[in-house]
Amino acid sequence: MPLTPEVLLDRVIAALGDKILAHKIACGEATIEVAPADWLAVCATLRDTPALAFDLMMDLCGVDYSAYKEGAWEGQRFAVVLHLLSVRRNHRLRVRAFCGDDELPMLPSLMEIWPAVNWFEREAFDLFGIIFEGHPDLRRILTDYGFIGHPFRKDFPISGHVEMRYDPELKRVVYQPVSIDPREVTPRIVREDNYGAA
Amino acid sequence: MTAALSTEIRNYTINFGPQHPAAHGVLRLVLELDGEVVVRADPHIGLLHRGTEKLAETRTFLQSVPYMDRLDYMSMMLNEHAYVMAIEKLLSIEPPIRAQYIRVMFDEITRILNHLLWLGTHALDVGAMTVLLYAFREREDLMDIYEAVTGARMHAAYYRPGGVYRDLPDAMPQYQVSRKSEAGLRRINENRQGSVLDFIEDFSRRFFGYVDEYETLLTDNRIWKQRTVGIGVIDPERAKALGFTGPMLRGSGIVWDLRKMQPYEVYDRLDFEIPVGRTGDSYDRYLVRIEEMRQSNRIIQQCVAWLKADTAKGAGPVICDNHKVAPPRREAMKSNMEELIHHFKLFTEGMHVPEGEAYAAVEHAKGEFGVYLVSDGANKPYRMKLRAPGFSHLAGLDELSRGHMIADVVAIIGTLDIVFGDIDR
Repeated sequence: MPLTPEVLLDRVIAALGDKILAHKIACGEATIEVAPADWLAVCATLRDTPALAFDLMMDLCGVDYSAYKEGAWEGQRFAVVLHLLSVRRNHRLRVRAFCGDDELPMLPSLMEIWPAVNWFEREAFDLFGIIFEGHPDLRRILTDYGFIGHPFRKDFPISGHVEMRYDPELKRVVYQPVSIDPREVTPRIVREDNYGAA
Repeated sequence: MTAALSTEIRNYTINFGPQHPAAHGVLRLVLELDGEVVVRADPHIGLLHRGTEKLAETRTFLQSVPYMDRLDYMSMMLNEHAYVMAIEKLLSIEPPIRAQYIRVMFDEITRILNHLLWLGTHALDVGAMTVLLYAFREREDLMDIYEAVTGARMHAAYYRPGGVYRDLPDAMPQYQVSRKSEAGLRRINENRQGSVLDFIEDFSRRFFGYVDEYETLLTDNRIWKQRTVGIGVIDPERAKALGFTGPMLRGSGIVWDLRKMQPYEVYDRLDFEIPVGRTGDSYDRYLVRIEEMRQSNRIIQQCVAWLKADTAKGAGPVICDNHKVAPPRREAMKSNMEELIHHFKLFTEGMHVPEGEAYAAVEHAKGEFGVYLVSDGANKPYRMKLRAPGFSHLAGLDELSRGHMIADVVAIIGTLDIVFGDIDR
């Protein structure tokens, strides 16, 4: 059976010390937050400390916090969230780093530590515009060739900016501005605490 | 005097796909070749990108369940499972025990569905036609089970936060019209006389024999071995570094299966084994998946036995009775004002999931499928990230195929068991 998150978090704190800006246990999962300057060093420690041994990089994704709680968010806009798994020790950890600059979010690439991050970093770059310094091949991955913008940012509309159709006169596909009117069937609602409790 | 003959030898770059029968969907692969040997493989993905994660941000939690079926459209319910588990984690609710057994049973049915398709298409890529026909014969029975329980052959939307949509029906639908004789119709309806559980039991009894049939076609087949032994070898440390999970990791000899290591639902009460390979080549991964089908079948048998005993005792609930999460019973909704309000609120505004974040992972047929949910307390997720196993596996294609012949690339795509629904999302 895996370690309890409390025991794991104690070990992580012992290994990383004051590099941890914040830590939390919720839903049975341990989360730590680190500074972008420590990103590489923290990840190397997490992989190489024998008591932690995070040998498998499970997931890396970007998060755009700008619309969190209907704009009540005051911290930095972009974060990168890393989910790690230790196959050898059987435990999991979530690591988060906010990317400093909101205009040009940037983090060092983890390619040297886990080669598996390759496509995950490309994806975060493609969808959020987060730049991973030192990534050898930071191309777009999921969006179309020649796509403009970063579609998973909260200020990017769900219907996009352009649509594609076949033009019979030009005998090729053309891009044109979208003709869809945005429509929200169910509004997004954040209720006050304990709303509707009996 | 002769002119100096200078021949410049250049590598050849070819485009494989996106419309290619062996590309398993919409994979565009740019291959750099030295003669017939692959120097570099650069997969271009995203041709099936539908932005599921972004769409989910604009839908209520319940409305996103059917999107999950359309991720890895070969193992529909496994995707749903990770998604509802993430929501349940945030809500800190646990589905009733009967729902947990039903989920585990359908997870394993889905795993068999997935492995059958993988086996059929992998063999077809390598040049064996027969296996596909056999595999689809069994898939038909399994999809009939899907249809009997959920109404849909593939896109089930059966798992719901807090349980499953409904209990297993008492009757298995039967064939109605046939060009066959009366006797022929009676024969194909023979195992459909009882409940759905009886049909599943009958299937699981037959299935061990079917797996043996596939093995007689392939396991000792000389051509099959020539095409898979020593192809796409990955050593265990490298497999971990590249983020491989599931059969891709077990094929290299690492004993890792979430169902055993971090058990969810009722897997810790069931008896099954984890097959592992030794050499990490395509042939070992084939053996691992074949054995996984047998083990899945064992799990199905144990679930059927438990569910039958539970039905005999008077079946328990299959979805939790918290009406902020699960709809009230139909009769109660029609006769009780309170329940009517619950029903209306649940299906219009949807459930509110407490603020927080959770990552839930299941042992998917292809590896670890994880759902990372961030909620800010609204009726829609703030951010959803889907961790698709095939995404890491396809990223490893370059390394697996380097130095192999171009025909082996097709065999390696087959062994990766990739489906673009979940890679492109």
